[in-house]
Amino acid sequence: MTRRTRLVMFGIAAAGLGVVLIYGLAGLPAFGDYHGVYGHVIDRIGVTERHATDLVTALNFDFRAFDTLGEEFILFGSVLGVVLILREVRDDHERPRQQEAEEHSFAGASAALRAMALGLIPTLIALGVYIVVHGQITPGGGFQGGLILAAGPLAVFLAGRYVRMKRVAPHAMGEIGDAAGAMGYALVGLGGLVFAGVFFKNFLPLGIPGHLLSAGQIDVASVAVGLEVSGAFLVAWSEFLDQAILVRRNGAR
Amino acid sequence: MSFLPFAIAAWLFLIGLYGIVSSRNLIRAILSLTVVQSATYVVLLGVGYVHGGRAPIFADIPAGTPAVDPVVQVLVLTDIVIGATVTAMLLALAVQAHKRFGSLDPQDLRALRD
Repeated sequence: MTRRTRLVMFGIAAAGLGVVLIYGLAGLPAFGDYHGVYGHVIDRIGVTERHATDLVTALNFDFRAFDTLGEEFILFGSVLGVVLILREVRDDHERPRQQEAEEHSFAGASAALRAMALGLIPTLIALGVYIVVHGQITPGGGFQGGLILAAGPLAVFLAGRYVRMKRVAPHAMGEIGDAAGAMGYALVGLGGLVFAGVFFKNFLPLGIPGHLLSAGQIDVASVAVGLEVSGAFLVAWSEFLDQAILVRRNGAR
Repeated sequence: MSFLPFAIAAWLFLIGLYGIVSSRNLIRAILSLTVVQSATYVVLLGVGYVHGGRAPIFADIPAGTPAVDPVVQVLVLTDIVIGATVTAMLLALAVQAHKRFGSLDPQDLRALRD
């Protein structure tokens, strides 16, 4: 099929789809005219029931904790998928001399960029930990904070020092964080089953709303997810960076 | 203009599809898919919006203040995570496709053609 026929066919199909889409969306309640029930219920009882002031995190790690378990294992599985797809195939070879990779630097990785990256690492890690552990109080939580945490070691790469990034955050560390976080989250659910009789039912003291140690399992689950997300993204990113920097196809470039 | 957010969602969906169909580069097609996915974020957040509602975070607003629906916000969070995982897998496939065919143009992926 030529590009032109493809675009013409798409034009016809998209016009039809657009009409149906607009028709369907027009059937929704008007913007701002909310008809749901769950949202209002959670808004009213969330703080008193769970002692968490950020209801989005409370939903994520308590009311819908079981869904989040599935979501978490989707992330886990997809990182496994990335590692499998990018595994060493026969005609690949890692560059024998790591020296070459050490010398890799972005065109113009200036001293200023390196200094910035150096300053970014502790800042990103501190911010990540803050976002993870305060998830039940203010916007944030394990998913958001975990991503910021994983970005910390990436700053070393930004400074043009890839091999050093591997030393700061070795592959095994990401893998262990990923697995331990996934297991930790499942253990929170099992704790509910053992101590409260229902999977993912809160079994920890609720504390005072707004305090760092409050909201029972939500904070613990948030830390577990933060660990898993940061590990998962570190593994995925270093797989991609390995492809770009260490692995070259035979004969190519 | 109460329909505007949904119109934007429909626009994002269609323009993302156009991006996928017209792409001559797999990376661009994958990024277009993320544009399609972002249409769902707009729809979900639009459905949960309450006129005059605050963010559903009661750290500094008194209990009982009208707030938007936190349920759809959690769904958007899930949506974003799934979107990121799908993008990661597709990018990995694009890397392997480039190794095998030496090109990122979908037209050059001979194994996919008859």
